[in-house]
Amino acid sequence: MTEMVYGAVPSRAGEPVLPKWWRTVDKWSLSCIFILFGIGLLLGLAASPPLAERNGFAPFHYVQRQAFFGGTALIVLIVTSMLSPIVVRRFAVIGFVFAFIALALLPFFGTDFGKGAVRWYSIGFGSLQPSEFLKPTFVIVAAWLLAASQELGGPPGKTLSFALTVSIVLMLALQPDFGQACLVLFGWGVMYFVAGAPMLLLIGMAGLVIFAGTVAYQNSEHFARRIDGFLSPEVDPTTQLGYATNAIREGGFFGVGVGEGQVKWSLPDAHTDFIIAVAAEEYGLVLVLIIIALYATIVVRSLLRLMRERDPFIRLAGTGLACMFGVQAMINMGVAVRLLPAKGMTLPFVSYGGSSLIAGGIAVGMLLAFTRTRPQGEIGDILRGRLR
Amino acid sequence: MIRTPLRPLARILDARRKGENPDAIERENLRIRHEQMRDKARLRAEGRLLVMAVMFFCAFGVVGARMGTLAASEPMEPRAQATGASIIANRADIVDRKGRIMATNMETFSLYAHPQQMIDPERAATELVKIFPELDHDRLRKDFTGNRKFMWVRKKLSPEQKQSVHDIGEPGLLFGPREMRLYPNGALAAHILGGASFGREGVHSAEVIGTAGIEKFFDKELRDPAREGAPLQLSIDLTIQSAAERVLLGGMKLLNAKGAASVLMDVHTGEVISIASLPDFDPNDRPRPLTEGDASDSPLFNRAVQGVYELGSTFKIFASAQALELGLVNPGTVIDTSGPMKVGGFKIGEFNNKNYGPLSVSDIIVKSSNRGTGRMALSIGSKRQKEFLEDLGFFEPTPLEIVEAKGGQPLLPQKWTELSSVTISYGHGLSSSPLHLAAGYAAIANGGHYVAPTLLRQDGPRLGPRVMSERTAAQSLEMLRKVVTEGTASFGEVPGYHVGGKTGTADKPKRRGGGYYKDKVINTFASVFPTTDPKYVLIVTLDEPVETSGTKPRRTAGWTAVPVAAEMIRRVAPLLGLRPDVETRHLTGIINTSN
Repeated sequence: MTEMVYGAVPSRAGEPVLPKWWRTVDKWSLSCIFILFGIGLLLGLAASPPLAERNGFAPFHYVQRQAFFGGTALIVLIVTSMLSPIVVRRFAVIGFVFAFIALALLPFFGTDFGKGAVRWYSIGFGSLQPSEFLKPTFVIVAAWLLAASQELGGPPGKTLSFALTVSIVLMLALQPDFGQACLVLFGWGVMYFVAGAPMLLLIGMAGLVIFAGTVAYQNSEHFARRIDGFLSPEVDPTTQLGYATNAIREGGFFGVGVGEGQVKWSLPDAHTDFIIAVAAEEYGLVLVLIIIALYATIVVRSLLRLMRERDPFIRLAGTGLACMFGVQAMINMGVAVRLLPAKGMTLPFVSYGGSSLIAGGIAVGMLLAFTRTRPQGEIGDILRGRLR
Repeated sequence: MIRTPLRPLARILDARRKGENPDAIERENLRIRHEQMRDKARLRAEGRLLVMAVMFFCAFGVVGARMGTLAASEPMEPRAQATGASIIANRADIVDRKGRIMATNMETFSLYAHPQQMIDPERAATELVKIFPELDHDRLRKDFTGNRKFMWVRKKLSPEQKQSVHDIGEPGLLFGPREMRLYPNGALAAHILGGASFGREGVHSAEVIGTAGIEKFFDKELRDPAREGAPLQLSIDLTIQSAAERVLLGGMKLLNAKGAASVLMDVHTGEVISIASLPDFDPNDRPRPLTEGDASDSPLFNRAVQGVYELGSTFKIFASAQALELGLVNPGTVIDTSGPMKVGGFKIGEFNNKNYGPLSVSDIIVKSSNRGTGRMALSIGSKRQKEFLEDLGFFEPTPLEIVEAKGGQPLLPQKWTELSSVTISYGHGLSSSPLHLAAGYAAIANGGHYVAPTLLRQDGPRLGPRVMSERTAAQSLEMLRKVVTEGTASFGEVPGYHVGGKTGTADKPKRRGGGYYKDKVINTFASVFPTTDPKYVLIVTLDEPVETSGTKPRRTAGWTAVPVAAEMIRRVAPLLGLRPDVETRHLTGIINTSN
């Protein structure tokens, strides 16, 4: 008592950081992410040796890199999730400015790694894809603008964020990277939807997206070929899709056995875009369903937790991040089962890729920071007698 | 909506009275309103978030279910497959009325090259040119050594050629199976069949598409997979077609004609039993269309259907038939055919400037008097004449089932004056195809009905609208018979078949400028047989024939087209199953012979 009165024991204003984080963070989602990362490493053991062999590295070269980047990503994730929403917002806005500039400068300093699209910066030990970092930070900025517009006398956030979206989409489409462009557009659309978009406008926007898709189909050979491949009723077994479909069939329910799969030898993108096919072939439907369940858990849990959130900015930003994350996973898997046209998109945390892993870590870290349980002013409501 | 003011007057007045700051009231109201707005937005967002969560859950579920169905299905061996959907190459056969093959498919191979797989491209090019001399060696060498990954070399190979290419032993030369269209009868009925070529081509098959004739007209039907290869049966009889073509070719050669055409048609069903146009071609190796000059000089030109000519006096029977039909005359009515006769400033003359004097209608046809039919046409009037000829199908292209039929558009006078009316009555001033004429004569032969010519096998009569009475048709038929027995077509008599018909000799119009050639004619014989019970019409047309057995070259149809037609009937009638009427009803002179 004396110590307390006289301040001999250093008392802290709030709860210690770590226990508070552990108490409030969404532990289910966090576990799901760790499991996904573990699965990614496991699949990397299976999928990447052929690539390493082709590029003349030790068989597990890519697994080591994945573990290194993954470890970094997990640390980034945890640190980010400890930040308060305001701090997250501050960092994200700064990050957004950098990513935006980096994206704008791509045509001058970027490289295409012989893949026909200038998307990367080549830095010493690896490559950096600015759009990966742009996506989560863009969500924060757009959410901030949208939320601010709901305040009385706030800025015209809807218009501003839309202009921002359009400029980013245009830049991405010019690379061309229609996948990321769609993802950005989708992220903004979802946030706008939750922020209370009028129904009529949503329908109009859907029409616009279809129109843009048609234009892209007619003007870009790259894009048209993929759509054509999707629409043709017979899948040509010598294409990537054909191999992927075949791998899933070969795998059946319990897989052909660890290391026994063949698809990783024929698919150039087995360790990234078609990792799910490797999973299906070697471990069977069981593992695939587990992976799907993990993604579904993260997305649905996050959305349900955000339902309780009262702060518009947190609600919107969380929604955008969760949906982008979920849709990216869904597109990747949907392509492998021919529900969607072929589109190069990585499976978050499972696919191999340095910058995408770290960017994913940042994104999910921010999501976890937003979905942490925090007081929502229920007491105030009760006191004011405004119980719902 | 009733707007609640931010500064409610009553409260402000109240506050002022109490000496309070009214701004606080405004701030308070603002705060409440903002909170309400946020609550509303939150509630809406809650609903929408729930919708999204459900949607995501369902979408993940769909992906999972799809994975499940895929995993449960049987794996396939990955096989290389041609890009694009597979090409359906099963084209239906074409058969004649007795089921004999006119067009069918044969398996063959195409030759293509993968230059990047070649071991010795130079040698491959040299050896290929040895087998196919038409290939260009330099070009082939350039293609084989260049950057091309794929190229066609030949579209069709014979088995011998295939073996020779195989013997080169070059792995970069590959064969692709495909079907090709084969016309086993060669040039027979070439103009009907037209021809076929390859459409979309793949290395595993190629699409066969019709390029002309009935192949093009029925292209879709022949390629329709729902047909299941059921052959297309034509009205043509191959035996009769062959006989007709041989006789026609013989006649054309003998009479030094430039071209010839014949049409044999069933008068009740409209079935075209044989239709020939010479010169012809082999549809297996269809010649290229002419790039310059007159298209009608090409062997591809179908004179019987596409060619429109002034068919001369063969038209006279239509003028007399209409005059009979309208009751203006009867076969015995005498008309003065003596000259001079002037219509619209033009003198109407007769063949060789003859003057027949007064003639009965029947004799006008038998003797082929221009002035006689001209006078009948004047009394009919141009309007009625026009209607009658339109009913007989002379205004539209024939509805024959080949693509070229559309090109046989009759040439009509721009203004149907009295003069046109008179000239058309004897077959000048209106050009039509021999097939048009066949349809017109069929109407007389079948008792007065228009019948549309067709190339498809019919099961029974297909009579169209009535264009003249049965009586008129019978009287006209009698006149046609008389033309053969006592008139201009005396060479047309074929014992036992009671041929009737009308000759036509038309001067050929000059290609440039007006006027007619003096020594170039189109000779036509339009015949009906047997006149006792008409079953068939036969039109024979010769282009620029000349008969030179006499002292002076003869160019009238009676000397050219008629004997050819008679020979054709003699050959064809038994094949048609017509019984010759040789059992004479009375004993014709018993000839006493003495040693």
